[in-house]
Amino acid sequence: MSYAKSTFRHPSLQPNQLGYDKRAYEGALSTLCAGCGHDSVGAAIVQACFEANIEPHKVAKISGIGCSSKTPAYFLGKSHGFNSVHGRMPSVATGANMANRDMIYLGVSGDGDTASIGFGQFAHVNRRNLNMLYLVENNGCYGLTKGQDSATTDVGSVSKKGQANPFTAIDLCATALEMGATFVARSFSGDKAQLVPLIKAALRHPGFAFIDVLSPCVTFNNTTTSTKSYDYVRDHVAATGAIDVIPMQQEITTDYQPGSSHEVTLHDGSVVHLYKGDVDLDVTCKVSAQEAIRRHQLEGAVLTGLLYMDPQSRDFHQMINSVKGPLRDLDEAALCPGQKALDAINASFR
Amino acid sequence: MSAIAAVNDLVIRFANVNGTGSASANGLFAKACFRMGIPVTPKNVFPSNIQGLPTWYEVRVSEQGYLGRREGIDFIVCMNGQSLAEDIASVRSGGYVLYDNSKPLDLRLERSDVNFIGIPLAAICREEYPDLRRRQLMKNVIYIGALAALLDIEFEVLKDLIGDQFRGKDKLIAPNIHALEMGYRYAHEHFDCPLALRLERRDLVGDKIMLEGNVALGIGSVYAGATVVGWYPITPSTSVIDAFEKYANRLRIDAGSGEKKFAIAQAEDELAAMGIVIGASWNGARAFTATSGPGVSLMSEFLGLAYFAEVPVVLFNIQRAGPSTGMPTRTQQSDIFACAYASHGDTKQLLLFPEDPRECFDMAAESFDLAERLQTPVIVMSDLDLGMNEFLCEPLVWDDERQYDRGKVFNQQQLEEMSEKFGRYRDSDGDGIPYRTYPGTHPDKGAFFTRGTSRDPYAVYTEKSEVYVDNMERLLRKWESAKQLVPEPQLYQPDNASEYGLLFFGTSTASCLEARDLLQADGFALDCLRVRAFPFNQTIEQFIADHRQVFVVEQNRDGQLRKLLVGECDIDPKKLISVPLYDGMPITARQVIDHITATTRSAVVTPLRQQPARG
Ligand SMILES: Cc1ncc(C[n+]2csc(CCOP(=O)(O)OP(=O)(O)O)c2C)c(N)n1
Ligand code: SF4
Ligand SMILES: [Mg+2]
Repeated sequence: MSYAKSTFRHPSLQPNQLGYDKRAYEGALSTLCAGCGHDSVGAAIVQACFEANIEPHKVAKISGIGCSSKTPAYFLGKSHGFNSVHGRMPSVATGANMANRDMIYLGVSGDGDTASIGFGQFAHVNRRNLNMLYLVENNGCYGLTKGQDSATTDVGSVSKKGQANPFTAIDLCATALEMGATFVARSFSGDKAQLVPLIKAALRHPGFAFIDVLSPCVTFNNTTTSTKSYDYVRDHVAATGAIDVIPMQQEITTDYQPGSSHEVTLHDGSVVHLYKGDVDLDVTCKVSAQEAIRRHQLEGAVLTGLLYMDPQSRDFHQMINSVKGPLRDLDEAALCPGQKALDAINASFR
Repeated sequence: MSAIAAVNDLVIRFANVNGTGSASANGLFAKACFRMGIPVTPKNVFPSNIQGLPTWYEVRVSEQGYLGRREGIDFIVCMNGQSLAEDIASVRSGGYVLYDNSKPLDLRLERSDVNFIGIPLAAICREEYPDLRRRQLMKNVIYIGALAALLDIEFEVLKDLIGDQFRGKDKLIAPNIHALEMGYRYAHEHFDCPLALRLERRDLVGDKIMLEGNVALGIGSVYAGATVVGWYPITPSTSVIDAFEKYANRLRIDAGSGEKKFAIAQAEDELAAMGIVIGASWNGARAFTATSGPGVSLMSEFLGLAYFAEVPVVLFNIQRAGPSTGMPTRTQQSDIFACAYASHGDTKQLLLFPEDPRECFDMAAESFDLAERLQTPVIVMSDLDLGMNEFLCEPLVWDDERQYDRGKVFNQQQLEEMSEKFGRYRDSDGDGIPYRTYPGTHPDKGAFFTRGTSRDPYAVYTEKSEVYVDNMERLLRKWESAKQLVPEPQLYQPDNASEYGLLFFGTSTASCLEARDLLQADGFALDCLRVRAFPFNQTIEQFIADHRQVFVVEQNRDGQLRKLLVGECDIDPKKLISVPLYDGMPITARQVIDHITATTRSAVVTPLRQQPARG
C-alpha cells in the first residue's frame, strides 16, 4: 500500500510540556493488516510518550523480527530504530544501553520472537535488570510467517489453521517475574485506557520493565476458537487496579477518591497511584503477583494491569558500577592510558 | 655414550600433569633464558581438562633467533608417570632425560642412547614438606633449580624472577629460593655440571618483551578506547577478555568516583555477545568480543546483519581446531572461510592476521579504526598458539598524538547546519562509505531506521530490485576502498630474487622464514610475503604475478587462504601450491621444507637447485 498520509489535523492538537504535539511522536504509515492489534499498541506508545513528555529523539527503538517487530517503524519517527534479527533484540538493546545509559530504550518483540527463538535472550535480559521497556505484542501465533502456533498459544486454542494446540503455553509475565524483571505488567491492545499509563510507568521505571500486551492477529488467530482473539480476551479479562503516574515535579491534580488508592514512590520521587480494581494485589510483592497470575490462569481468566514493581530496582549499570554518563561520549583523554603507562606495562613483560 | 653438545640451541620439554602448578615453574625457565639475553620460544601443549591429564611445555632456545617450533627434543623433564614411556621415547639420541628416581625406573623404559639424570624429587619433598600440596608445587621449583646447574642458568636471574613472581606475597620468596637451591645443590653434587648442552648469556633480545597474544589484544583494546564488551567463555579466547578487564580495572577507573569507564557483560551465548557489540557500536561506543570457531558459527547471522546494516564490529577470533568437540586446545588457522564470508547472502568480511603479540596490540587498535571508518565487521584472526603462548616480540608502542578514527559520523552541529535531507546509505563521497548518526544526536534530523537491505539510500523501506542492486554495488565500492586502508602485506626482500614465492600469514611466519633460510643455504631461494589482511590488495596480486609458482603455507587442511586468493584475485589455481600443515601443533620449518621438497620432486616445480638469483 502506498498512499499519502493525511496531513489534516484536528485544530485542538495541543502541544505537551516540551512543545511537541502528538504528530512528533508518530512514525511511518503502517503496512500491517487493517485491524491488527499491533497498530493499537503503536498508537498507545505514541500517546504514552506524548503524555510523558519524552523527547522523541532520546528514545531508541529496538526490535527483533515479526509483524510486531516491524511496528517501531510506525511510531516515533524522530527516534533511531533498529530492526535486528529474530529473537535477538535483548542483546542489541543490552549493547545499546551499555554504550549510553542516558537514553530511553524501547524494545518491541513478538511472542515468537520472545518465547521461542529468543527465549534465552529474554531470560537473561531480565536477569541483568537492563534499564528498558520490553514490550511484547502477543498474538499467540507467528503472524509474519502466516499463522503457526507459538509458544504462548494456549492449550486447546484453535487458530485459523484449524488444529488445537497440544503444547503447554509459556506465560511471559510469570517468566519475567521468575527471571528478575523489576516491573511486570500485562495489558490488551484493545484497552488503551489501561495500556497507556502502564507504558508511561514502565518508561519511567529505572530497570527492566516488561509488558505483555495481548494483541490479536486478525488474519490468522482471531477465530472464535482462539484464546487470543479480541472477543475471547475481552470476555475473560480480569484487571488489577488502574494506575496513574505522577512525575515528581508535577502537582497531583488527578481526581481520585481518597482511600481507593495506594501509592508507590519511585526512586526519583515520582509516585505511582494504584486504584482498587477487580483484583486486589500487592504490586510490590513478587510472590503475590506470581500467585495471582497462576490463580487466574487456573480459572481461565487473563489477569491484566500492573502485576509487580520493585521501587528499589538497581539497574545493570549500577550493578557493574560503570560511570554516570554515556560511555560513548568518552574521548581519548578519558580512555587511552598513553605511552607512559605502556612503558610500565612493557617493563612487566621483561 | 654420545651426548648432544650445544650452546644456546636446544629444545627442552617438560612433561607434567595438568593442574599440578607446573606452569609457573616452567615459565621461570623460559623467562630465565630471556633474561640471559637469549631468544626463546615456549609452547604449551595442553589437554582440554582442568586436572589430571598429561600436559607438556616445550621451550626452544635459539641463538640465531628462530622463534618457530623445532622438531627433536634434546632434553626432557619427566614429571608424569602416565606419559613417561612416550616421553622417554621422544628424546633425540644423545639427549637427556631428567626423571624422578625416588623409585627405580622401569627397566623396560631404559634407553642406551640417551643420558638419564635421576633426581629423587619426591623423596626430597617428602622430607622437606609435611603438606601434600606444597610437596607437589615445590617439586616443580626444585627441578628448575637442578636445571640451573645442569644447563648453566644464572642463579641470580632465577632468584630475581622468583622475587618478581611473588612480589606482594613476600613470605613465599625465601621458601621458593630455598627449593631452587636444593635442586641446584643436588645436581651439582651428583652430576658433572654444566652439561655439554647448555646456556650462556648473550645480548640478543634488546628491549624486547615476552607476552601472550591474547594479553596484547586486551591491552590494545584498552588503548583503542573500547568501552563495551560482550562475551561468552571459550578457550582459547577467554584470556583476551581477562586481560582487557585486568588492565581496564587498572587504567580506566574514574579517579573521583571509583566508577568504571567500561562495561563488560558476560552474555548467555555468543549470539548475545555479538548482539551486544552490534547494539553498542550502533549507539556510538567502541565495542568488541572475542571467541573461537564455535562462537564464530553462532555469531554468523549477526555478522551478516552488521555487514549489511553497516555497523562496526570488532571480533577477535582465536582459532583452534574444529569442531566444538574437536581438539579445542590445539591450534589451527582453519576459520578463514567461516570468517571471510561469514553469514548468508553476499557478504565479505574484513580480516586481519597478526603474527605476534606486538602486532596483536597494533591490530587491536587498528581494527577499531577500520571498523568505524568502514562501518563493517573487522575480524582479527589470531590462533591458540599466538593467543595462549608467550612470544618474544618488540615492545608495545603508542603514539600519544594518535586520535581515534571514529569514521564518518555527523554530529549535532553538522546536522543542524545541513540543508539537504540526511541519507544514511547515500554514497556522497564516492568511496562507498556512507555517513551515520548516533541515536539521540539531534531532535529532528538524522534519525533513521536500521534494517538489513530492504531500504533505499535514505533508509526508507523498499523492496525495489534496482535499489537493492545499487546498494549491493555500493558495498562493493566500499570493499575497494577497504583495500586502500587495510595493512599492507610484508615483503622480506628488497626485490624479487627467485621464480618461487613463499606466502604465509600469522603464526606460520617464524617457521616459514626459518625454512626460507635453510632452503637458501641449500641453494633454493624463495621470495617471501606475509599476508596481513583480507581484502587482498594489489601488492599481493603483484607478488603472485611476479612468480612462476607460489607456495602457500597455512594451518588448515583445505588450503583455505589459497582458495580465497584464487577466487578473489582470479588467479590460475596451478600457480599456487598448497602447503597445508594442520596437525594442531605449532608448525616447524622442517615441515615446511619437507612439503616444498616433496612438491618440487613430484615435478610440479622442476628445478630444486636453480640458477643464481636474478638481480
Ligand atoms: C533465524 C530466523 N528464523 C526464522 C525467521 C522467520 N520468521 C520471521 S518472523 C517469524 C515469527 C514471528 O512471530 P512473532 O514474533 O510472534 O511476531 P508476529 O509476526 O506474530 O507479530 C519467523 C519465524 C527469521 N526471520 N529468522
Ligand atoms: S498477519 Fe496478523 S500480526 Fe501480522 S499484520 Fe496481519 S494481523 Fe497483524
Ligand atoms: Mg506473534
